[in-house]
Amino acid sequence: MQIPREVLLRSYRAMRTIRDFEERLHVEFATGEIPGFVHLYCGEEASGVGVCSHLKDTDTIASTHRGHGHCIAKGVGVDGMMAEIYGRSTGVCRGKGGSMHIADLSLGMLGANGIVGGGPPLICGAALSHKVLKDGGVAVAFYGDGASNEGTTLESLNLASVWNLPAVFVVEDNGYGEATASSYACAGTQKDRAAGFGIPYFECDGTDFFAVHETAGEAIAHARAGKGPAMVHVHLSRWYGHFEGDAMTYRANGEVAKERAEQDCLKKFREKVTEISLLDSASLDEIDASVRDEIEQAVIKAKAAPLPEPEALMQDVYVSY
Amino acid sequence: MSKKSFRQAINEALRQEMRRDPRVILMGEDVAGGQGGSADNPDAWGGVLGVTKGLYTEFGAERVFDTPISEASYIGAAAGAAATGLRPVAELMFVDFIGSCLDQVMNQAAKFRYMFGGKARTPLVIRAMYGAGFSAAAQHSQALYPLFTHIPGLKVVIPSSPYEAKGLLIEAIRDDDPVIFLENKVMYDDEEDVPDDSYTIPFGEANLTREGDDVTIVAFGRMVNFANQAADRLEKEGITCTVIDPRTTSPLDTGTILDCVAETGRLVIVDESSPRCNMATDVAALVAEEAFDALKAPIRRVTPPHTPVPFASVLENLYMPDPARIEAAVKSVMGYKAKQEA
Ligand SMILES: Cc1ncc(C[n+]2csc(CCOP(=O)(O)OP(=O)(O)O)c2C)c(N)n1
Ligand SMILES: [Mg+2]
Repeated sequence: MQIPREVLLRSYRAMRTIRDFEERLHVEFATGEIPGFVHLYCGEEASGVGVCSHLKDTDTIASTHRGHGHCIAKGVGVDGMMAEIYGRSTGVCRGKGGSMHIADLSLGMLGANGIVGGGPPLICGAALSHKVLKDGGVAVAFYGDGASNEGTTLESLNLASVWNLPAVFVVEDNGYGEATASSYACAGTQKDRAAGFGIPYFECDGTDFFAVHETAGEAIAHARAGKGPAMVHVHLSRWYGHFEGDAMTYRANGEVAKERAEQDCLKKFREKVTEISLLDSASLDEIDASVRDEIEQAVIKAKAAPLPEPEALMQDVYVSY
Repeated sequence: MSKKSFRQAINEALRQEMRRDPRVILMGEDVAGGQGGSADNPDAWGGVLGVTKGLYTEFGAERVFDTPISEASYIGAAAGAAATGLRPVAELMFVDFIGSCLDQVMNQAAKFRYMFGGKARTPLVIRAMYGAGFSAAAQHSQALYPLFTHIPGLKVVIPSSPYEAKGLLIEAIRDDDPVIFLENKVMYDDEEDVPDDSYTIPFGEANLTREGDDVTIVAFGRMVNFANQAADRLEKEGITCTVIDPRTTSPLDTGTILDCVAETGRLVIVDESSPRCNMATDVAALVAEEAFDALKAPIRRVTPPHTPVPFASVLENLYMPDPARIEAAVKSVMGYKAKQEA
């Protein structure tokens, strides 16, 4: 399948933006200026971007605690995200949600989520809205290997299948839920779980944008065509600790370094597109430079932005106040 | 006796009870950590904040169980195991995650004894972290003890210091009913002298951290420390307070609360949980009903507002009760007396 040049450029830019955003947060978090918990998506960029490259603003996604990448891939602006993570009033959630709760419903982004397994049921509901309202939309739940063991996730697979919903379940399998390996915690296989609910199963290498793009494209087309839910099992690795501050004493020395060297989705993308002359190095370099500047500006703006006013504490508990 | 942190006190209580009774087992997400990991380090975490560190190394895979991220099944399994011969201590990590498994606690464990006509014993302990102050936002900061207190059949413990934590946790493990044991997440590094030997603190017996003549302050968990700080400052201005740490919200030591209010005639309640139907309303109702004649001023409650916990630190600080607000509440009830007498 030939991917349009403009989609390639946009996707590369999104992956680069996620990478730089997360690498920068890693540095900023260490200074102590960022409050709360931060879970980085580095190494997993091609998954969110590959999937979302098929989605419009009118499609819906639900994300996880590791949500920055999904937000960027769905089009949430980095200025608003950075400000949110810094707890500023200019943040996408006005500083009231933070890293784990970034959401922008106008872009079909139903929120990062602090509750593991929180997203899949919500995505059944979003898919139901798309179906009942006949707006042609699909709903995509991103969730981890760890979250695949939540009852809410397994019940949602069943519900989506029973109701024949335009829902896609994207299992981002980075091999760990916190410090516990999926080889320990997940019985059977994701493939058999999908089969158990009569759901078509797709899988791909999540460090290869082209593989994710192609596989997710099929799954999303299936759901969009009204044929019911699909599962996409994306194989990945996370490059940082579960959250910032985790020393990853459960992973072998050198494992992450090797993955960074050999399975970097950005490097692989660049190699592939330049090798077959889809894009030239110069246009990728240009994106790199422009993203670097964008992230730098986002941090500067976030740090300079005002803190929430005291009134914000009591606002938006309900629609009426 | 030696200085121990809140974290160490809890770890020591678990360790001593596991040594004492082979039926005591531990389960939860990453209570050991590292299972199946490429580093072959199966005690890598010891809980997300390191509270159970070393217990896997001492007691092994026969007694320390890392769970999949499946709260409904493992909390339910702990309840089932408790009803059938084990004495499980299950860790829910953040108490907010009770949303994923409440049925197993509320409809199962809590009700076995009563529904089965007194024929079941469910010696289950569920440990979880609670509380704001970590910028952990709306889904990781709640103080949900009123939710559990509301459910007949559950006992609910909120230790206010390392010493309290050790004695109350050992008591919880030896108790034959389901116990919810809530640890304030910002207190893990608090230190004080804690006996090395094991000891228990009985449930339903409040602790008076200080005694005074003017105002009774009832405070829960971390709020006990805030109440003591406020009382220290007030004392310099000539206002003396009795501070009551009820230790357990279920059972609740109503006798001590009523006795103290009878002496001081004024009551301030400090509760970190959402203000509607919380411990402050519960204690206020108790005193209004049972000690009305003793009251010289209206009861004052110091709680957060009726909102989710906000992320930004500036808002979270506004949200949280603090010593200054407690001080102001005490002064306001003292002021009320002055107005009456004038
Ligand atoms: C209901 C619930 N249980 C536990 C947690 C704590 N927790 C946060 S992330 C996480 C691991 C999730 O693993 P996975 O789904 O594989 O996602 P990953 O972190 O690998 O992206 C856990 C246990 C939570 N937030 N919510
Ligand atoms: Mg994972």
